[in-house]
Amino acid sequence: MSESSRATGGPPSGQPQRARVILDAADINRALTRISHEIVEANKGTEDLVLLGIPRRGYPLARRIAEKIAGSYEGFDPELGLGQLDVTMYRDDLRRSTSRTPQPTRLPARGIDGRNVVLVDDVLYSGRTIRAALDAMADFGRPAVVRLAVLIDRGHRQLPIRADHVGKNLPTSVDESVKVYLEEIDGAAGGADRVQILAPAAGSEDRP
Amino acid sequence: MRHLLDTRDLSRAEAVSLLDTADRMGEVGQREVKKLPALRGRTVVNLFFEDSTRTRISFETAEKRLSADVINFAAKGSSISKGESLKDTAQTLEAINADAVVIRHPGSGAPQRLATSGWIDAPVINAGDGTHAHPTQALLDAMTLRQHRARLGGTDTAGTDLGGLRVAIVGDVLHSRVARSNVWLLHTLGAEVTLVAPPTLLPVGIGEWPVTVEYDLDAALRRGQDAVMLLRIQRERMNAAFFPSAEEYSRLWGLTPERLAALEAAGSDTAILHPGPMNRGLEISSAAADSGRSLVLDQVTNGVSVRMAVLYHLLTGPQAPHEEGHHDR
Repeated sequence: MSESSRATGGPPSGQPQRARVILDAADINRALTRISHEIVEANKGTEDLVLLGIPRRGYPLARRIAEKIAGSYEGFDPELGLGQLDVTMYRDDLRRSTSRTPQPTRLPARGIDGRNVVLVDDVLYSGRTIRAALDAMADFGRPAVVRLAVLIDRGHRQLPIRADHVGKNLPTSVDESVKVYLEEIDGAAGGADRVQILAPAAGSEDRP
Repeated sequence: MRHLLDTRDLSRAEAVSLLDTADRMGEVGQREVKKLPALRGRTVVNLFFEDSTRTRISFETAEKRLSADVINFAAKGSSISKGESLKDTAQTLEAINADAVVIRHPGSGAPQRLATSGWIDAPVINAGDGTHAHPTQALLDAMTLRQHRARLGGTDTAGTDLGGLRVAIVGDVLHSRVARSNVWLLHTLGAEVTLVAPPTLLPVGIGEWPVTVEYDLDAALRRGQDAVMLLRIQRERMNAAFFPSAEEYSRLWGLTPERLAALEAAGSDTAILHPGPMNRGLEISSAAADSGRSLVLDQVTNGVSVRMAVLYHLLTGPQAPHEEGHHDR
């Protein structure tokens, strides 16, 4: 949290919001390392473990966790235990939210039947994405166990859903937004990996 | 995008987004549970005033894969044959709260009339009207061409257009809504379109279309084409002498075994497309239709995906124009 509370007055994009960096690249890396050990501990080993990232930013996080697990424990192959689960078509806000292009769903070759699935997402907020993910999974198989790992839990749940593994609990207000930047998705233009809170600037209604 | 009436209304970004969604929809067809809940509880009416087998089956499959409730309404056996007007039919649909209407009609412009008359609020999808437009056919052709190019290049289709792709559309352009919709969509996506036809089967005013016109199929093929799209000779519309005989048409503008052999000899990757149903031995020989170059069955598969994508885009998103597009995590 080396850059916490850094207020940005007028960045080049001209966004009239105060951005605070909550986690920097090293913080994210440490959080993911801890989560990867927690996942193996909760699973009592790596047997039958499948990590499913939720697009878009959940997938690169799942990949990073998978690589960490593969680096520390024998018997876990990211090719067999990593996948991506798109939940767009299962959302409950399809009639209200803007229509979005679905992302691919790619499951490991052995599928998810009877396996121990860990869903991975970047930010846990209302819980509706996770509800959609649970529905989506039912169309692909019946996992033995489903757990949830998130980088940020920002509170304000609207459904009885909780995360098993959390990178950072981050109390927020509903008019703030939490933005996660990851190199795999945002590229070099997005800057270094980080988690930011954007607070709406007083008196301004412009949105970037 | 409120309705889908013509490919001419589509921007490049809208078309690419539809094709990207269609690629994802295609994956659903490979799954064990071939169904998505996206349109659960929504009612889609298929209004077919003109005979159709494959388009109707394709739309119905797409609607069911998205969990919509489907009502099929064919002109034969309905009150249309008793003389009910399009307006009364539309108001009936409005009264039963249809959420979308798919319409095929022999009159050019009927879907436009339905969409703009104020008779109904639901989105209208044109499934072919007269000799005007058949936008979902053009989209499935574009999807097939995009896959073809990605397969050859070993690349991913996501986000790509058809920039620089050379496509020859051969046959009865005059009566073809498929050709019209394809010309505009392929042009929007950056492809170079050549129309090949006898002068009698080209419409008036073709000089204003963004295409090259060629009367000689062999010359067009010699210039090199990435795809050849054959149009069906529509016997039901052949009420005047547009060409002397079927044999002559086949010899001059059909994809004969000799022309197929010439493509093989040139070592090109030219793909063969046909919107179906095929008149084997007339505009396309059996050898060409059954060759490895033929993407006809891919077109049928992609038809379902594209129609799912169109229904998804028209039936989701903010229903009121100013509703906030907020996304809850």
